Amino acid sequence: MSIDRRQFLKGALAGGVAMTAASPTISEARENLTMPPKAMGLLYDSTLCIGCKACVAACKESNGMPPEFSSSVPDQLWDTPLDLSGKTKNVIKMYRNGSADHKDVEENGYAFMKHSCLHCVDPSCVSACPVSAMTKDPENGIVKYDEHDCIGCRYCVAACPYDIPRFQYDRPFPKIVKCELCRHLQTGENNTRFQYSACASVCPTGATLYGPTEELKAEANRRLALKAGSETSYPRGKIGGKDSYQGKVGNYIQHLYGDKELGGTQVLKLSAVSFEKLGMRTLPERSFASVSETMQHSLYGYLITPLVVLGGLAIAAKRNVRDDDSSDQA
Amino acid sequence: MLNKYDVSKLEHSPEIDALERRLGVDRREFLKLCAAMAGSMGLPAGAEAAIASAVAGSKRPSVIWLHFQECTGCTESLLRAEHPTLDKLILDVISLDYHETLFAAAGHQAEAARKAAMEANKGKYLLVVEGAIPTKDGGIYCKVGGQTAIEMLKECAAGAAAVVAIGSCASWGGMPSTGPNPTGSSSAGEVLGKKVVTIPGCPPNPYNFLSTVVHYLTFNKLPDVDDLGRPKFAYGRLVHENCERRAHFDAGRFAIEFGDEGHRKGYCLYKLGCKGPETYANCPTIGFNDVGEVSWPVGCGHPCIGCTEKGIGFTKPIHALAELKTVKPPVGYPRVDEERGTGATLAAAAALAAIAGAAAGATAKMVKNLGSNLQVEDQPAGKEKVKS
Repeated sequence: MSIDRRQFLKGALAGGVAMTAASPTISEARENLTMPPKAMGLLYDSTLCIGCKACVAACKESNGMPPEFSSSVPDQLWDTPLDLSGKTKNVIKMYRNGSADHKDVEENGYAFMKHSCLHCVDPSCVSACPVSAMTKDPENGIVKYDEHDCIGCRYCVAACPYDIPRFQYDRPFPKIVKCELCRHLQTGENNTRFQYSACASVCPTGATLYGPTEELKAEANRRLALKAGSETSYPRGKIGGKDSYQGKVGNYIQHLYGDKELGGTQVLKLSAVSFEKLGMRTLPERSFASVSETMQHSLYGYLITPLVVLGGLAIAAKRNVRDDDSSDQA
Repeated sequence: MLNKYDVSKLEHSPEIDALERRLGVDRREFLKLCAAMAGSMGLPAGAEAAIASAVAGSKRPSVIWLHFQECTGCTESLLRAEHPTLDKLILDVISLDYHETLFAAAGHQAEAARKAAMEANKGKYLLVVEGAIPTKDGGIYCKVGGQTAIEMLKECAAGAAAVVAIGSCASWGGMPSTGPNPTGSSSAGEVLGKKVVTIPGCPPNPYNFLSTVVHYLTFNKLPDVDDLGRPKFAYGRLVHENCERRAHFDAGRFAIEFGDEGHRKGYCLYKLGCKGPETYANCPTIGFNDVGEVSWPVGCGHPCIGCTEKGIGFTKPIHALAELKTVKPPVGYPRVDEERGTGATLAAAAALAAIAGAAAGATAKMVKNLGSNLQVEDQPAGKEKVKS
């Protein structure tokens, strides 16, 4: 079977049109999104954390989450989540090495790390969500979840580079569970004992601090500039509040996690033990969302790729179809 | 060793009868006290009878009690042990041969009594030290009867069976040794250059001292101590570990300032500077003044100041945040790389393999049939055959 001249020229023409239409979208790569004007966040300082897990308890209380029992503890008396889950939005994890004698030391030491949503400036979950269930607030930048829009596809669970959103697999009407920075407290009408993020408001050492991300960044950079072992004032609860105390400066790694990672996050972290060991991945500065969206928007811009592919398929099909009438006559 | 003791046999013991007359305590109260002491030291069953026998017996060890740089708070605390007639008991069960606060004698007479007791009980008496010892300028800042504290301590310790330092001052220097420490105050252990049993606290709980003495009386040796000479039964755990307000700490309920809502509700005092997380003592479990377990600083709303702990009490500001002295995080804490779920079981793998095998077989068969059907369709005659 041979394609006839007319068919070939038609195909070539369609392809040319497609390429011309597609070329401008390819050249427009999407940049990382930028920090919202009133971005709120948390600063978690691992060197101040004492592992009391008051934030884990307060998070559950504030969000009305049920307790979770781990299999390692036989009696179901204590809330003992081992990881984030459909019942847990915030968990303090432990790094432990060898004899675990000293805090904030990598060899034969231990350290803590808070695992909860980092509220990315350019969130992958929002980019991946096919409906508008996962959204980023344009004002305060909180990555919000709306159960009424959610179709339960769990794309956000797969997309998150920090492995944060979790799905309620054990519920008949499941939801996605992730930290929303206690945005339900901002309505002003609540009967809880928390005024802002529950984890920060109960933290006894100010290891979790609530405030505008820009101010938290300034506070983190202040701490990084201090000499390890010297004394300084640490605010507690929220930045700019009344509560503060004098404490020893930790032996910080000169890296503010969340400053540059994937275009930045609104939750920032400081530590004396390498972030990789605390379960915080090393990530590039360009956000995954911008990369994937650039690719997607280039491929599907003006529906060119589907047109080209479908056109090609149509030509191939046309070429291979036997002319039934002619064969009958033959 | 304790099996030979039986409380029921003490019922008609002549020794206990004699004790009743001598001390004016009734038998029941006395046995209750012995049981309480055995319990506070964590001793096994039978120990209360051993203690009762030892106390009722006529051993009455000689005790010499020295006072140096101190406020006599330790003695006062001991006198206020409100178990029935305990003051009588301690003064009559032991032979207190020298104690400046409780002595009837005075001046040279008192010093002579001390020397006589030391001579008579050489190698057998118990030396109790209360207060720090000034070492600067030859120890001239504390003198008793013309003798410096250093000389007196060394003289008394030479012939003692055991030395017990009561209170933080004698144990590790206490308040007098806090900077700038103009008199060079030192602990009894530092001056003697050897490890002594220490009962730190400002003041220490009287029962920690009494239990130590009674342990010595009963078993002729001092109880197990840690590397700082503190009896393990009393100083083995952090205040934080046994604190009645611990649940508030774990749930993040803290008093922020004195008199606020959290403070009135009895929340955790950690944010007010409670030193419980870095102080070893049994205050929350034993309490003071025999009026129940809330009778201790935290129980009545003030953060622990860490009076038993060198470098904390009288050194760290009272409202400075404590460092959490947890030895290491519990193994039950979530790890950074927490495994999720379990691997496939053998049965599950076998079932999956069987399904996969069946699917592969079925596909192969179907493909084969597909070819033959096509062939059938190609032949019109065959098609009719199938229909018929």
